[in-house]
Amino acid sequence: MSAATTKPLLAVGAGIAGITTALEAAEAGREVVLVEREPAIGGRVLRNHHYFPKLCPPSCGMEINTGRLIRNPRIRLMTATQVARAARTAGGWTVTLVRAPQYVNERCTFCGECSKVCPAKVKDAFNLGATEVPAIRPYHAQAYPQRYVLDRAACPTGCTACAAACSYGAIDLDARETQETLDAGAVVLATGWKPYPLDGLPELGGGRLADVIANVSMERMVAPAGPTGGKILRPSDGAVPKKVAFVQCAGSRDVNHLPYCSAVCCLASLKQAIYVREQLPETEVKIFYIDRRAPGRNEALLTRVAAMEGVRLVKGKVGKIEKGPGGSLSLRVEDVESGTLLAETADLVVLATGMVPQLGADAQSFGIRRDDDGFGLNDAAARVFVAGVARRPEDVASSVRDATGTAAKAIIAAGR
Amino acid sequence: MEKMGVFLCTGCEIAEAVDVAGFEALCGENGAQRYATHPCLCSAEGLSAIRAAVEGGEIDGVLIAACSPRAKATEFAFDRTKVAVERVDLREQVAWSHEHGHEDTQMLAEDQLRMGLARLKRVKLVTPLVETIARTVLTVGGGRTGMQAALAAADLGSPVLLVETGTRLGGYLADVRYLVPERPPYDRIVPNDIREMAARVQAHPGITVHLSTGVERIDGQPGQFEVALRGPGGATTVKVGAIIQATGAAPYDAARLAGLGYGVSPNVITTLELEKMLNEGALQRPSDGKRPDRVAFVQCAGSRDEGHLPYCSSECCATSMKLAAAIHRDHGDVECAIVYRDLRAPGQLERFYKAVQEQPGSLFTRGVVTGVSGNGTGPLTLTVRESLLGDEVKLHADLVVLATGMVPRSADGEAIRAYVDAKRRAEHGDSEKVRKDAAALAEKLKDHAGTEILNLSYRQGPDLPVLQHGFPDSHYICFPYETRRTGIYAAGAVHSPMDAAQATEDAWGAAMKAVQCLAANSRGEAVHPRSGDLSIATFALQRCTQCKRCTEECPFGTINEDAKGTPEYNPLRCRRCGICLGACPERIISFPEYSIDAVASMIKAVEVPDADDEKPRILAFMCENDALPALEEAARRRLTWNAWMRIIPARCLGAVNTVWVADSLSTGFDGVLLLGCQKGDDYQCHYVKGSELAARRMSNVQETLDRLALEAERLQVVEVARDDWAKIPTIFAEFAKNIEDVGPNPYKGF
Repeated sequence: MSAATTKPLLAVGAGIAGITTALEAAEAGREVVLVEREPAIGGRVLRNHHYFPKLCPPSCGMEINTGRLIRNPRIRLMTATQVARAARTAGGWTVTLVRAPQYVNERCTFCGECSKVCPAKVKDAFNLGATEVPAIRPYHAQAYPQRYVLDRAACPTGCTACAAACSYGAIDLDARETQETLDAGAVVLATGWKPYPLDGLPELGGGRLADVIANVSMERMVAPAGPTGGKILRPSDGAVPKKVAFVQCAGSRDVNHLPYCSAVCCLASLKQAIYVREQLPETEVKIFYIDRRAPGRNEALLTRVAAMEGVRLVKGKVGKIEKGPGGSLSLRVEDVESGTLLAETADLVVLATGMVPQLGADAQSFGIRRDDDGFGLNDAAARVFVAGVARRPEDVASSVRDATGTAAKAIIAAGR
Repeated sequence: MEKMGVFLCTGCEIAEAVDVAGFEALCGENGAQRYATHPCLCSAEGLSAIRAAVEGGEIDGVLIAACSPRAKATEFAFDRTKVAVERVDLREQVAWSHEHGHEDTQMLAEDQLRMGLARLKRVKLVTPLVETIARTVLTVGGGRTGMQAALAAADLGSPVLLVETGTRLGGYLADVRYLVPERPPYDRIVPNDIREMAARVQAHPGITVHLSTGVERIDGQPGQFEVALRGPGGATTVKVGAIIQATGAAPYDAARLAGLGYGVSPNVITTLELEKMLNEGALQRPSDGKRPDRVAFVQCAGSRDEGHLPYCSSECCATSMKLAAAIHRDHGDVECAIVYRDLRAPGQLERFYKAVQEQPGSLFTRGVVTGVSGNGTGPLTLTVRESLLGDEVKLHADLVVLATGMVPRSADGEAIRAYVDAKRRAEHGDSEKVRKDAAALAEKLKDHAGTEILNLSYRQGPDLPVLQHGFPDSHYICFPYETRRTGIYAAGAVHSPMDAAQATEDAWGAAMKAVQCLAANSRGEAVHPRSGDLSIATFALQRCTQCKRCTEECPFGTINEDAKGTPEYNPLRCRRCGICLGACPERIISFPEYSIDAVASMIKAVEVPDADDEKPRILAFMCENDALPALEEAARRRLTWNAWMRIIPARCLGAVNTVWVADSLSTGFDGVLLLGCQKGDDYQCHYVKGSELAARRMSNVQETLDRLALEAERLQVVEVARDDWAKIPTIFAEFAKNIEDVGPNPYKGF
């Protein structure tokens, strides 16, 4: 594989799938350009507290991957960058990349003086908007590139406090968007997923009841760096919940929402049941499910949680969630076992919302076909591939396998 | 290094935290020949000063006293074959985490410099390995996974040798008519295309296929394996670079499922037997050849069951649905009932599940089948518990199909080795007790005898080590190809329970890793996780006592032994973790940038105050992959910690030699702390065994401390994870409190 005579691969999205594709191809000797729309790499996985089934922190593997990325001379990482246009050429793709203005540039040392003087507050994107942070701040503490970010739109008119506070000339409040054109031998879209919106589930209280939260918010809540410093609290009143209910297939396996199974939500809820029981040993947990899908070695997680005191798995479909007495929530559950309707209560409800592929504009730019559920399909002839959850609902382990193999497919399509 | 230059950054609060005025003299006393400061060392100007000094040949060792090595890593990267580099952290570990202007902070910064210079003096330039690398990839197994891996590796440009012990390609799929849908619209079975795939493999100019051929022996290391094969043409030896093991899975032995009627009634068969029957175009009851009116599928037959296979085999739900769909397609009026515990059709297979549910004559019913009764030609009765229809219901069928799970066709290399060793000890052990215990162990392990697949001539055993349930795996979430035998990758159902579509993807991944390993070998680089590392270990064998610790403890089976037990290092197998260095009591193993001497000199470089000064000193060895980055995150969040701590990064806790603990205590340190990753079944150690070995070695040291009348509490191993940044300052504080209670090290000042 002679890098000098071949065009680089382009990987779009620096979550676990895109990082993996980029690293595996680059470690095999291929030049890779890795672009990420957010200001830091890590995507969804870094927003998870722990991985199932081992309950280990994603930051651990990401630390290794970041090190691999830094050491590899064949990867060029461009954050805050998106694909604006792409045109098919005889030898691959000519891609126009647009990079958001770099108000904080590579001179930033992460010292934090700018943040101290910043008068503006914004919602913290890393914590899914659950907290407020200064407009100029680290994207998160493990962020790579290790550089502060500025939400320029939030700056008070004429404010230059951060630039004045920076001793390193790292802040340019007049920075402009930049564009560049890249010839890529093949393209891998690893643009990931977004959670099915809570607002789409009003019958389950989504977007309507403060104490009905999504599984992704639960991950942030238990993280030490999350909005509550790791404490499981009811959003409405900050109280410790005594009863937590997990509603499986919230918007999945449902013709009115997502017809497919999102493949990870059962395991995510089993894992979150452990979070609850370990932090709040007095709190009761109930998981309402249609099927407990714990394939492979994940079965051990199901066995572990099913045997935990204070946890009950109930086969039943939750149809409706309303405000109950005394600030609680009441759930109407169809118990498939007994054929009866159950009335259940909880203080905090976690909706196991599924994964929606996030491909939109990139799918259009590269003209890829999508299946009826919106997941992207590989097109080797057109030298464009899809890896990770943009291609299929799957867990991290499967995404990593898939992304490693996709590196091979892209290298072959681009021509050795 | 001889000519050391110190470049000290005074930015990012460093100059506010400590008085840098005396640092030039301090560095000079500790061997530095050049000293320069810059208010922002990572700026273009700061960097060009360092580069000018390096390129001008003024220095061969650069000490960058600034931020953590994880900050500005690209800016401060140098070619380690030309210049040695040491990063001394005065920012995260000093200025951001300790009281500015305090004398303890000053002492810490000075010790950091002394430690850095001591280490830099003793590290060596890296000399990359240049070896001739064979580019051929050997694929063991000619099922779909093996064939896909062969096609992928060949298309990536590596010649491929595919060996299959059977007489044909295709594996179990050779007997299968339809496949579960793998692409849109996902709602119908698709014709099996395994023959077309086999034809592509046979026709590929880059692939050589050997049928009826087994692996007799594999010698050597990645890039240079010598493989002895035995096939119809006799024995041959080939050179290959990397190996993909795609030996698949066998169905769980249905003979153990007599309770479900297998072996009792001829009309109870397995899914694989039904596959074969349908492939031959028939659907009949074995007892009388009549077509059944109703077929019942029993899911989880032997899976998800502590008495059989504790795991879910992942593909049986979809396989039974596929067979029900095939029966419906070719024998429309036959009813199919599927009795399941949880119907597992993840992802888009939900569409397939829906389609089969809607098929006339389909009945999906939840429950656990506890028995199948009936024999001869009469109908069979299934007893179903925990059903929706009642606690115990009966279901009748003419043909019962057991969805038996999958058992990996693997061999547990470490268990085979343990068996062989136990057999030898049982005969030649030193005492009656040794012989008796060994015989008992050999009896326990006897099922492993003769199970070899790869026949690796590795000291630690002839096959890949297994993680659980016979699947050879390691960090299966983040790094599913992080094999414990470098250059050898498991793929498909032998790797982990998975369906055919996933196995095919796994084949692509394994092929990528195999070809990548050869590319890394050609560049002289390590593979994951220290990918790109050009250094290799050296062994001062004249001092070796043949204790075999290194050969036994390397998690990657890097080191063989000669007849006397002297280690034989295979650098292309090596992952550069340093666990051998941690193991060696004679301290004969070194890496150019990580050696016993370099770390010991760091320890001795610390100026330990007298007991009267009431300033204890605690040494912490911290795993540089997780514990140390977590500590730095604490600093970025401006958490503070005890200024008595002195920190030495370890490649892995397993790469901490106990002599360093002894050195610390004899230098006057009052306590020694090791912070690293979780061990045990759900280990997080990136080198698999490192933290487990560290815990064992340190508990031996604690016993020694007792004998020396030194309190065992002076040494502690604590597990922390990458996200435990908030806990580490507390761990330091508690340990410091304990040390204060225990009192000063009595060896201080000696």
